[in-house]
Amino acid sequence: MTNFTPVASFIGGVLIGLSAAAMLLLNGKIAGISGILAGVLRPVKADTLWRACFLAGLLAGGLMLRVYLPQAFDFGTIRSPGALTVAGLLVGFGTRLGNGCTSGHGICGTARLSGRSIAATATFMVAGAAVVYAVNHLLRGSL
Amino acid sequence: MKALLVSFFSGIVFALGLGISGMTRPIKVIGFLDFTGKWDASLAFVMLGAIAVYSIAYRLVRGRRAPLLGERFLIPERTDIDRNLIAGAAMFGTGWGLAGFCPGPAITSLASGAAPVALFVIAMVAGIYLHGAFTRLAEIRMRPVSAAAQIAADS
Repeated sequence: MTNFTPVASFIGGVLIGLSAAAMLLLNGKIAGISGILAGVLRPVKADTLWRACFLAGLLAGGLMLRVYLPQAFDFGTIRSPGALTVAGLLVGFGTRLGNGCTSGHGICGTARLSGRSIAATATFMVAGAAVVYAVNHLLRGSL
Repeated sequence: MKALLVSFFSGIVFALGLGISGMTRPIKVIGFLDFTGKWDASLAFVMLGAIAVYSIAYRLVRGRRAPLLGERFLIPERTDIDRNLIAGAAMFGTGWGLAGFCPGPAITSLASGAAPVALFVIAMVAGIYLHGAFTRLAEIRMRPVSAAAQIAADS
């Protein structure tokens, strides 16, 4: 489907790890994006401001990518509006019900050897693979 | 103030990492999840790099009482693997495999100005609010039951 890019992916992963490490060492926070987003949407505690700053940083970084690495937004596969809506609802609801996503469970939790996060990561990987199998091989990619 | 700047710059570095690694491209994500097709293993290297760095950071903070710029650590302490965790992760994985976007890359990709990304993020935000509404509904439903149980216990 696409070219294998182990070096770029590893370097990107190291940057993600450094970012999450800075949040932990300096601020004492877990860089879990779904939790950060939900925390901003339902501000209840004093933890709103740092979350808003992190999200602003994500957008600022996105603008830098747009200028200096436009191929980062060469999406390649964009599903239909209906599929994207269902997918977005599932991602929003599911990450709240399961307390995390690829960053909080997949990276931070797995690196902390949290049983909960390892179980969640295995589950969302299997679910993701099952859906991709269904869409790519049973529906031949038309969705 | 320093802590907020750290959050902002961490967000930037996180976004750059996502962009460089290929996580912002659904074709790469779907290619990674397509184990029975032409599998693109690239994203395994994202996890490898990120987990390697974060493991070291976690070892450094273990035993410390406070982060360098804050008063305490905000780290999840739960260890139980319950139904909500697995059901939530399964729902998330389904959406992730369907669109090829997870929350971080989706928010970062808003900067591209692409309408499908905005649609996904709006739906994701709606999903978060829906979960909040369901949780409150469940609490309201639970309340009369627990109140009745309380009365029964009192009498």
